[in-house]
Amino acid sequence: MASRRVTRILAAVVAGAAGGEALPEVLVRACVRSLPVTGAGMALMSPAGPAGTVTATDAAAQQLEELQFTLGEGPCIDASRTGRPVLQPDLARTAPQRWPAFADGAARAGLRAVFAFPLRVGGIQLGVLDLHRDVPGVLSSREFADALAFADAATVLLLHAQALQAGARLPPDLTAAVEDRAEVHQATGVVSVQAGVGLAVALVMLRARAYADHRPIAELARDVLRGRVHLGQDDGA
Amino acid sequence: MSGDQRLVEVFVELADTLVDDFDVVDLLQVLTERCVELVDTDAAGLMLDDQRGTLQVVASTSESARLLELFELQRDEGPCLECFRTGQVIANIDLTEAGSRWPRFAEAARGVGFAVSHAVPLRLRQQVIGALNLFTVEQRRLSDEHLAVARGLADIATIGLLHERAIRDQVVLSEQLQAALHSRILIEQAKGVLSARAATSVDEAFRLMRTHARRTGRPLTAVADAVVAGTLGAGELSDGRPAPSRQRR
Repeated sequence: MASRRVTRILAAVVAGAAGGEALPEVLVRACVRSLPVTGAGMALMSPAGPAGTVTATDAAAQQLEELQFTLGEGPCIDASRTGRPVLQPDLARTAPQRWPAFADGAARAGLRAVFAFPLRVGGIQLGVLDLHRDVPGVLSSREFADALAFADAATVLLLHAQALQAGARLPPDLTAAVEDRAEVHQATGVVSVQAGVGLAVALVMLRARAYADHRPIAELARDVLRGRVHLGQDDGA
Repeated sequence: MSGDQRLVEVFVELADTLVDDFDVVDLLQVLTERCVELVDTDAAGLMLDDQRGTLQVVASTSESARLLELFELQRDEGPCLECFRTGQVIANIDLTEAGSRWPRFAEAARGVGFAVSHAVPLRLRQQVIGALNLFTVEQRRLSDEHLAVARGLADIATIGLLHERAIRDQVVLSEQLQAALHSRILIEQAKGVLSARAATSVDEAFRLMRTHARRTGRPLTAVADAVVAGTLGAGELSDGRPAPSRQRR
């Protein structure tokens, strides 16, 4: 992990955060400056799937994470699950077969190429670094190596955040990312009782309904919590 | 070569020290030497928190600087200690006038020929992991630019040290992070489960879980886990207060 390239990135990130900016934010901005990409983002991943967006340089990078959280499928999820980078230089050509629901939303968000790099330590999934472009195109092997170094640096930043936190609590920098999704997790709990299913199935039901209704899962979650929408057994997945 | 170019070179040099088998002491030694070179001072010493709550002198550019650092630790007074405790930069300390603030330190520093001292923390946000002490023989103040360079070098050392700790403790840290993430999500899910079972609001469900955790001395995550697993029912969580009915807006 401690290659020269990684430490140079970290040194530049720290120097670039002299004004007190969050380190992950500085890192993704550095990614966009150094690599031929339009935007970049960093997200937390748990074995259960996307757990929150830490930072994103543009609306499309934000959409990339939101879409995958709503749909439960996409390149970042696959990268995190397999522990390998997922390189999609031409989404319009490849995504419809691999992630039908995601492909649709990605095209509407202006995502034409996505490169997702897992942030892992051994077998432990922590997150993902995602890069995207507004035109199709591959990363050269040099750029690919740079992106891997950025991913290693991003992993170190996550570990730093945790190292600054006493005990097994979530660091303040990362708490906001999870807070954004709080209502969806709460609604998952509500649906699991209403439909008499486990939490994983309840989340699938919420996702399916959000997709069918063409609305963000967070909005649907709020309606579930207010009792406006009821997902019962007949919505079962 | 311009000062800025040299500074960039030093940043890269420090970053390059941080390779796989990098030695913390080497890094900090380079840091103190470059600090003296770039910041217009005559000597530097550096103390580091050993992660067991004790400061250690780990690098210095001269024997007199090293002895002064040790003196600070032994006498428990001086700019480096204060800088470590407060996390604040202490610049341009005139040692002829510092007798009331640090009587023994000021005397010892003047005794080895220093007129001015500065202390810069090694910190990342709230965490202070050490402090850098700089000494000047002549009575001469540091410019803002020099002070900024000293802080930049201290920042690089900080990231190096944290990087090293992150690598050394990466399995523990990543497990902690994953557990913390899981726990946060589980608690939110449990709020939803309990609010649906007890027909109450999410806020009230959270209050019931917290009260129960406090009463029984169990971690909130364990209570949330039991709620989700169904082994802890709404009845057992009730604390005798009437549950407000679920609000529908």
